[in-house]
Amino acid sequence: MKRLLICGGTVVDPSQGLEGPRDILIEDGKILALAPNLDVSDAETWDAKGLHALPGLIDMHVHFREPGQEHKETYASGTRSAALGGVTSVVPMANTNPIVEKQADLKYASYLAQDQAIVNVFPVAAATVGQKGEELTEYADLKENGAIALSDDGRPIMNGAVMRRVLEYSAMVGLPLLLHEEDTNLSAHGSMHEGYWSTYLGLPGIPPAAEEVMIARDLILADETRGSIHIQHVSTSRAVDLIRIGKSRGIRVTAEATPHHFTLTDEAVRGYRTSAKMNPPLRTARDREAVIEGLRDGTLDLIATDHAPHTRHEKEQEFDLAPFGIIGLETLFPLTYTQLVLAGHLSLSEAIRKLTIEPARVLGLEKGSLRPGADADLTLVDLSLRRVYTEAEIQSKSRNTPFIGTELQGWPVGTIVGGKVVMRERSVVG
Amino acid sequence: MDRKDLLDIESLSAEEIHEILDTAAPFKEIFMRSVKRVPSLRGKTVVNIFFEPSTRTRTSFELAAKRLSADVINIASERSSFVKGESLIDTFHTLLAMKADLFVMRHSFAGACHFLAERIPVPIINAGDGAHAHPTQALLDLFTIRENKGTLAGLEVAIIGDITFSRVARSNIWALTKMGANVRVTGPATLVPRGIEEMGARVCRRLEEALDGADVVYMLRIQKERQGSHFFPTIREYYHLFGLTPDRLALAKPDAIVMHPGPMNRGVEINDYVADGPAARIHDQVTNGVAVRMAVLFLLATPQRRDVAEELAAAGE
Repeated sequence: MKRLLICGGTVVDPSQGLEGPRDILIEDGKILALAPNLDVSDAETWDAKGLHALPGLIDMHVHFREPGQEHKETYASGTRSAALGGVTSVVPMANTNPIVEKQADLKYASYLAQDQAIVNVFPVAAATVGQKGEELTEYADLKENGAIALSDDGRPIMNGAVMRRVLEYSAMVGLPLLLHEEDTNLSAHGSMHEGYWSTYLGLPGIPPAAEEVMIARDLILADETRGSIHIQHVSTSRAVDLIRIGKSRGIRVTAEATPHHFTLTDEAVRGYRTSAKMNPPLRTARDREAVIEGLRDGTLDLIATDHAPHTRHEKEQEFDLAPFGIIGLETLFPLTYTQLVLAGHLSLSEAIRKLTIEPARVLGLEKGSLRPGADADLTLVDLSLRRVYTEAEIQSKSRNTPFIGTELQGWPVGTIVGGKVVMRERSVVG
Repeated sequence: MDRKDLLDIESLSAEEIHEILDTAAPFKEIFMRSVKRVPSLRGKTVVNIFFEPSTRTRTSFELAAKRLSADVINIASERSSFVKGESLIDTFHTLLAMKADLFVMRHSFAGACHFLAERIPVPIINAGDGAHAHPTQALLDLFTIRENKGTLAGLEVAIIGDITFSRVARSNIWALTKMGANVRVTGPATLVPRGIEEMGARVCRRLEEALDGADVVYMLRIQKERQGSHFFPTIREYYHLFGLTPDRLALAKPDAIVMHPGPMNRGVEINDYVADGPAARIHDQVTNGVAVRMAVLFLLATPQRRDVAEELAAAGE
């Protein structure tokens, strides 16, 4: 394979505490050298002057809908969307049709990844059969066949006794457990955050407690079993507090926040905007600030999108009937940079840590670093580029995002996966 | 009034509300006489489309449109997440293709009227959407209160019952506070929603506190299905705590009036002697509903409308 030299850029790699001008030499899909002013004559060069080179971004929470709902997203379209967003590794959840819960499902996922994907795909398997929260799936077999983690995402494990066994057994097998925390009796038929705006709009509310009581339960169970848990898409102030307390007591818990939860509030639903309907829902300004504070003080370890594609006709209906979720891969970096770095909440390096080495650490992935010898997954970003996100550029099959028409700063302009360029100057080339 | 739709009360100005009420008054005079019809909407087609069962509101809109000489089509349809089929927007495009001039819609989901109003070019009147809004109900209530009290500003209005699921309560809170009245609400703690105070209502813990010195006592219908669904234990206990009896009504001002959007549950939220007593204005509300809906239809359906006085003169010819 031809050698590729990324030269003249600024490298930010929190895994090495590095932030400074470096050239990067890539050979055979690996980082061969990382040093200032590399003198290489026989390599293709990419002039990265004025750009920042980062370890490839990792989004550990996406939904690709294949198999079963290919009209919303496929491995091909989902990974193109990732490439445009500068994301080099994605972790699709198991709630496809059929659900990823057996060896054969993972083999099909791995076939799809090899056949169609242009970024790395690490599939998640269901924690319980049919994601029903009753019986355990075959964790050891799933792990041996490529499952990176276990999750019933979208469907919480309501039975505490089952959760206890899931924790014990997953710890034995050594698979991370990713938890969508929601007491479905408390959330019931809710379609948005319960508060002033749900009362104003007359929409059924989802109380913050629906998320919080389950986090409290699972922190206690994790403590009791010495297991470890990862809390997905934390959305409330009290949830952040609970995780903070859990960490201070030595409970093995990690947590993620989504860009929409640190950017928007429940007021975005006003006008019955189904592009602002997701689960957990957008919360109040106070919750949003608490999520940002959690990211700042490390209570929330990382950022993931919960990329959830839905077609126009599914979203274009009565608010209560529209499905939950928005796409997020393409706006992951610009929202993080604009809302957290430019707004002064996180340093550039802290923000990038939460998009790279932190998800790698939680998943036990050998990714998220530009050390020589590492896989050559890189993201080039132009931090000065300020532009409006447009519907026309979207690579996902779906268009369900509230950020179309929003001006954001800091956009990926290059994506390299295993040494192969898959996006260049905002064009997907995979 | 310069607007395409009537979707909620919040977006109306106090001037627009006055205009609607002032337009309704002469329409009420019209249909109190033997020939109840005026030609204002002759040749126009009004489609009443109700995705939720309704007798009184649908009948009221139908009569209002017919008394304005419009052609009226009634469509009743069940639509829920369990009934798959044509989308809401496609249903309306079909009716638009048949050249409907104005829609009156009721829907069990909040925001359904807003959703359509943004997507179709003809006026939509919201006849109730989920727990969100029921603007013509609030307008007829204002009309009834003004008719009795002469004014709205400064009045004390108590709204009692299931606030959480009530579009009538929400629209009345917006309407009354815009017109300068003070609103207190009360009901079982399980049925008073978060944030209702931010909408301008004072929450009372007890019925007696809400009734104390009230000029208007507004009772909401209790859905019997809420009983035993962990909102309140029994109808019996509900009546014990929140039922409006003559004794309790005596806590309000001596000239207080009692209102109810109907249909009433006698012996649940309201006692027979109150419902049929001298303070009750419940039948007046129904009468005024037709007049107010005539006014709303007239104002929305005739962009180059003549003065109401001319309408009346024409009607007298």
